[in-house]
Parts: sequence; C-alpha cells; structure tokens
Amino acid sequence: MRDLSRISNPYRDDKVIDSCSLFGVIDLEGRRFPPKAPIKAMDIMSERVNGLGAGFAGYGIYPEYRDAYALHVMFMGRDAKGRTEEFLKKNLRVLMAEEMPTGKEMRDAPLIWRYFVEPKIVNDKCSEDSDNQIVECVMKVNNGIEGAYIFSSGKDMGVFKGVGYPSEIAEYFCLDEYEGYMWICHGRFPTNTPGWWGGAHPFNILDWSVAHNGELSSYGTNRNFLEMYGYRCTMQTDTEVIAYALDLLVRRHKIPIGLAAKILAPPFWNEIDSMDSKERTLYATLRQVYGGLLMNGPFSIIIARSGEMMGLADRIKLRPLTAAIKDNLLYLSSEEAAVRSVSPSLDRVWNLRGGELLIGRLRSVKTLEIPPVVGLH
Amino acid sequence: MKRIKTYLQPEYVIERLKDRCNKCKICVRECTYNVHIYNPKRDEILSRDEYCVNCQRCVVFCPTKAIRVRKNPNTYRENYHWTEEVIRSIKQQAETGRILLTGMGCDKPHLTYWDRLLLNASQVTNPSIDPLREPIEIRTYLGKKSEHVNINYKDGGDISLETELAPQLRLETPILFAAMSFGAVNLNVHRALARAAAEYGTYFNTGEGGLHPSLYKYSDHIIIQVASGRFGVNAEYLNKGAAIEIKIGQGAKPGIGGHLPGEKVREEIAKLRMIPVGTDALSPAPHHDIYSIEDLKQLVHALKEATDYTKPVAVKIAAVHNSAAIASGIVRADADIIVLDGVRGSTGAAPKVIRDNVGIPIELALASVDKRLRDEGIRNEVSIIVSGGIRSSADVVKAIALGADAVYIGTAALVAMGCTLCQRCYTGRCPWGIATTDPEISKRIDPDVASARLKNLLQAWSMEIKEILGGMGMNAIESLRGNRLQLRAVGLNDAELKVLGVKAAGE
Repeated sequence: MRDLSRISNPYRDDKVIDSCSLFGVIDLEGRRFPPKAPIKAMDIMSERVNGLGAGFAGYGIYPEYRDAYALHVMFMGRDAKGRTEEFLKKNLRVLMAEEMPTGKEMRDAPLIWRYFVEPKIVNDKCSEDSDNQIVECVMKVNNGIEGAYIFSSGKDMGVFKGVGYPSEIAEYFCLDEYEGYMWICHGRFPTNTPGWWGGAHPFNILDWSVAHNGELSSYGTNRNFLEMYGYRCTMQTDTEVIAYALDLLVRRHKIPIGLAAKILAPPFWNEIDSMDSKERTLYATLRQVYGGLLMNGPFSIIIARSGEMMGLADRIKLRPLTAAIKDNLLYLSSEEAAVRSVSPSLDRVWNLRGGELLIGRLRSVKTLEIPPVVGLH
Repeated sequence: MKRIKTYLQPEYVIERLKDRCNKCKICVRECTYNVHIYNPKRDEILSRDEYCVNCQRCVVFCPTKAIRVRKNPNTYRENYHWTEEVIRSIKQQAETGRILLTGMGCDKPHLTYWDRLLLNASQVTNPSIDPLREPIEIRTYLGKKSEHVNINYKDGGDISLETELAPQLRLETPILFAAMSFGAVNLNVHRALARAAAEYGTYFNTGEGGLHPSLYKYSDHIIIQVASGRFGVNAEYLNKGAAIEIKIGQGAKPGIGGHLPGEKVREEIAKLRMIPVGTDALSPAPHHDIYSIEDLKQLVHALKEATDYTKPVAVKIAAVHNSAAIASGIVRADADIIVLDGVRGSTGAAPKVIRDNVGIPIELALASVDKRLRDEGIRNEVSIIVSGGIRSSADVVKAIALGADAVYIGTAALVAMGCTLCQRCYTGRCPWGIATTDPEISKRIDPDVASARLKNLLQAWSMEIKEILGGMGMNAIESLRGNRLQLRAVGLNDAELKVLGVKAAGE
C-alpha cells in the first residue's frame, strides 16, 4: 500500500497546514462561460497565496462526454501510466484517453492525462452503484499504484491544479479554452509542504469538489471519527476530512446538505436549548451523534457539485467569505475586492455569517432537499 | 506467647511552640487519634507522636499556629532499595502477622503519565479563542450514540427525525463525582456531593451502600451503583438515579472485594444496606452472577428492564492488562458507558500490596481502550469515563484528548472538602469528618460549606478547561475528544508513545 501522505506531508507534521484565497462563481441559468473572470479575481488576491499551489474546478465543461466519468490523472513515475491504464482497462470501459492539453512548460509538472470512463456493468436503476465502483477505482489507484494520482473523477466536470500561482496554472491548463457554468478556484499559501501538484486544491471525489481556507483544530478528532466509517485520510489535510465528512453525511447517511452544514458548524448549545422541542431534539441528536465531525477552528469553504455551489464558514467566522449577486451570477470569494474586480457593480453583496450555509443552485435543478435553516445565529 | 514489643518508631513527631501555645486545647479536641493530651495537674499539653498520621487537622485549627508536624528525623540508614517504607512494613507485619491495610490511592512515584504529556496551543496559522469574549462549550453527553442519524424529509421542506437516541446523561462540565459509598463516607459527605452535583449540572455516584431517602430529591443528578454485595439494591433504589453503574472492579483494588467493618455499620447504614447493625458488610471479589461476559450482558439487561430502558447503564472496571478487549466485550454486552479506573484509583480501605501493585496506569488503559473501540468501529456506541488520580483541569483535558468523554473525581473532591490524604480512611476515625460514620466526627462536614467548596472546584476547573481549549483554538469540547494530535510527550520510550498514540515533543 502506497502512503500518499509521504508525498503530501514529507516532514510528517500532524497535517498539512495552509491558508489561501477562495473564489467561486455560478451562473444560475446554467449558461457556460470561460473562466476569464475567476482567473482575474484570483490574481487580485495574490497577497493570499505564495505560488505553491493553485487550482480550478469547472462544471459543465465536458458536454460531449456528459455521462462519462472524467478521470484526471497525474503520473509521477515511469511505469505509473502503464500500470494505471492497465488497471483502468481491466476494471472500467475507457471511452477516450488523451494527454491533457497544456500550454507553456512548467517546472516539475507531472505528466497529466485524462480518461473518460464508464463502469463495465451499468445498473440503470442504481447510479450509486456506478459511483461506488468509481470511488473504489480511485482509491485503489491512489493508494496502490506508485506515482499515479487521480485528482478528478466527476461527470461533466474537471479539476485542474498544480504548483504555481493561479494565473500560471490557468495558463498551463489552457483554461480559456473551456466553458463551464460554474467555477471554483483556490490559491494556496502552504506553511509546511513544499509544492506537490496533487496537494493543491480543489480536492475532488466524484461530483464533489472542495476548496478550503483554514486550519482545523479538530482535525485529529474528525479524522478518528471518519476512520471509524472506513475513510482513510491519506492526504492529511483539513480539506480531505471536510470532503469525506460531506460524503459520509450527505451520500451515505442521506442527511440534507443544509443539516450537514449544521453538523460541521453546529449551533451553540444555548441556541439549541432555546429552540422549540422538535427542533431542539433534532439539533441535539445531530450534535451528540456527529460531534466528532464538528469542524473546529477557522475555516471557510466553497463546495461544488453538479448544479450547486455552496459556501460555509466556521461558526465563529474566523475566516472570511463574501457572497455577491449580479444578475444570474452568484459569487463567493475570500475578498469582496476580488468580486468587484470582475463585476464592479453588484446587485447585492454580503458577508456570510458563521455557521451559515449558502447554496447557489441552478434554477433548472429540482431538489427535495430542505433549504438551510437560517437565523440561528 | 510472649508479648512482642514494637520496634516501630513514630513516623511523625509533633513540635509544640511553647511561646505560641495558649493551651486552648483545640488540638486535643480536634485530634481523633488522641495524639494531643491535656494533663490538668501540670497544665500542659503532651503529644503521643506514635498515633500521629500527619492529617494536619490540629495544625489548621490551632488558633496560634503553635503546632508543627515533622517527619521523624530518626529514620533508618538511607537505602534506595530497602526504603523506610519497606522496613516499616516488614516490621509491622512481623509484629501483627496481618495484611497491611491502607486508604486512598497508590502513592508510588513512577506511574503518572499525565505529567509526561504536554498540550498544544494555536500560534499564527490558527487563532486561539478567548473564553472571556467567545463562548467555549464544555457540555458533554454520556451514553450510547447511534451509528448514524435517520432524517426523513419530504418535498415542502418538512423534516422529521427518525432516530431516537438511547438515554443520555447531560453534564455541564465533563467531571463527575466518583463512587463513594454511604458507609465509607457519611451522610454529610453524600449530601454535599449530591447538592454540588445537582447545582452545577453533573452527577454524583452513590457507591455501593445505597442512597439515603433524604437525597432522593437529587435523583436527576445521581448515579446508582450496583456492586457485588448488592447492598441496598431494590427496584426503588434503581429508579432513584439518572443512571446505573455496575461496579465490576476498582482501580485501588482490582480483583478484590470490599469490606466495610462492622464498627462502621451503624443503624442508618445497616438499614440502607439491608443488613444487621454491626455486621461486616462484605462485597465478594466477583459478582457471583457474573462469571463471564454473557452474564454481564444479562445483568445489564436486567437493570434496563427494571428501569424501563430510561437510564443508561455503565460498567466500571479496573484498568488491567486486557482492558481493551474487556471494554470491547462490555460494549457488546450493551453497556452505555464504560468506566475505567486506573492504578491510582482511591479507596476507603484496601490491602496495600494490592493498591500499589495491581492494575495499570489509567493513561495507558484509556489510550488502548479508545483505540480498540475505534478500530472496531464501536467507539460511538459507548461513552468512556476515566477515573483514578485525576488531580487538575490539565489532567481532565489530557484525558479527553486521549479519548475519554468525561472523568470521575473522588480524591480531588475529598481534598476540596478537607481531606489531606493521610491514607488512614480504613480506621473510620477521619479527623476531617469524611471517611467516618461516627456521628460526632461526621459533624465536621457541614454540607452547606462542603458543597460550596465542591462547586467552587468544579467552576475553577471548568474555567481552566475553557482557557486551555480556547488556547488550542477550539470552542467545543467534542473537538478535543480523542484528538491526540493536541498532545506531545516528554521523556517516554517508544513503547509508551505507541500505546499512548502520541508523538514525542518536537516531532
């Protein structure tokens, strides 16, 4: 079994620590656009990054392979590519494989390929089954094949990330040639890791991408809790535990996302005490059972999945997160200045409150999920 | 047989400063061991050093501060191996032919890991939180949590909670008062503990001597103990608490039963224990209906049946070599809470050889139990309380970081009430009025004052816990639970680090 943490955390610190800039934009009508604005916005926030990591996740970028899983894979060893392709062919149906189009060369860039794949046996009635097969393959490659790392595995979406400033990474991956209805972006200021391409954000598994700014004091507890449910925190990052926590709560335990946010950043006990009895029991039960998933310490995150962009800050709001609306566009950003730089006039701009989940959802998406419970803080 | 003259010298000697002593005779009245005697003929107070246990009662109460209790300078020749304690023990046994008794917890120097563990604090990359300005939450719930929560939600936003949790104990601070039976201590001590627990929002454990009816009003803050003697256990008693604790073992004397001497079994105690006045109350070493894990399961279920599944059931064991495996069995026997009592655990009376040599440090037992339960994916199905020598808020914080949900304090609570750890609880003559059932001496504990002292202790420790948590950048105690990354060790070997699951400082 390969130990990814040796790459992402070579000094064997408790975890990877970094700080960063976040930006996200979604067109609520679903219109697709190239990420010119996000790249510019990230540039404005260069104070918040140090060139040791940046990344973008675009949704709606692969309409021609809409129903296939797009695997973006980094290869760092000579035979990693051969072994990975052999593994993919054996376990999945590969519809298309190509080297990732890239622009001018960057130092230490790994070989990056993308594969559009389907499970060999597709169970029409159960998409979960296909998802599970893909997750299993991702875990097996990432933990089992030396020098190979699948960093993006969703449908009609892709993550592009590496070591460099956001504008360099965008240029390297020729992002201006893509169009998506939603982009989330991340610039990194790591404190204890030399640049490793796989260590940049956003982190992705299947449809979920997470870009995160913060340091969780609760990391050890969160990790223990997730390990009980079979997750292996190989990357040793806060972002990874947030992603797994959401996977556990929303995908496996079927908790509505609005309530899942109230597990990561729960109301205080005195707030719970003053709720009416039904609500009080609900929130108390969630906190009692999932106390190990309370994300303590400063964080703000942007989470994306098909058709949805979400923002959440820790419950006492120790890291910034600003939201803004202009026409059909919903923005989330570490700084208002970044939004203003690409959209000087805004219909509405506000700071998210601690523990408050904001969901921007495509108007075409029908959902059964409850809206987040607001007004608790 | 000829009478054996004792070769034992007094351990302590009394110095009375003549220029300060005004012969008020308070020392004579306060000493329950008759160390100070007044001789009216010569109008002088004499000391019988050989009875002195260095409890400091006379020193504290002497209005002119005229008394000094000193270690007897006439000690044996220094020897690291044959220490004074060893030599004294041998002489005592040679003179009596008996098991040496003692009170309180193991007093040997080599078993405290808390002092080898240091805590983390936030610097730069993550802000610390100031408890004077921000809320820091230390409320704790004990009991079985479920594996997941079922939420039913429909179009239109109506959601309903399908999961009903097992009964939980709600603690406003992760500290409870450990089991001390009515009999080992007196009713005034029970009153003080119960009242402080109720007023602060935590729990007091009855120990194995039943619960005095005058304390029924505190039942929401009482943990009822069921031990091998089954003293005082009946349906009414079981339903007079918020939870039930089955005591299998005790850190001070793992594998050993209890023995409340007949002299301590006065009328009230006899009534509650349902035994005749003056008879020894003997708790067998094992529960004679629990010879294996499935028997424990039956008792857990019997107690749950008797209380209509409204109360969590805890199982208390002494920390021993296979604690991890035993704890796993206890979870599978359907207990809601596991109590681990370490080698430092205290007692009113235990054979000294057992107290000082049997069982393992609580820190190591806790670390291995928490890890095992996590490895087996059942940590959420049980809460862990640790006890045995918790001395400070720092010990509490370290225990939680190692994986405990809460701690019991026994000795610390007694110290708050006056105890000075003279270790003579088994004599029943506790000069501080705690480990005695003598009606006169018991009056030395005023429940009003003692409960105020206990509440103050809880408050002080709770504030310190919040300071430490805030310093680590956390505002809820659940984020510390099992968070061993917040701990670093100094001066421990690799095996110890491995068991504790803690890195060395600097790593």
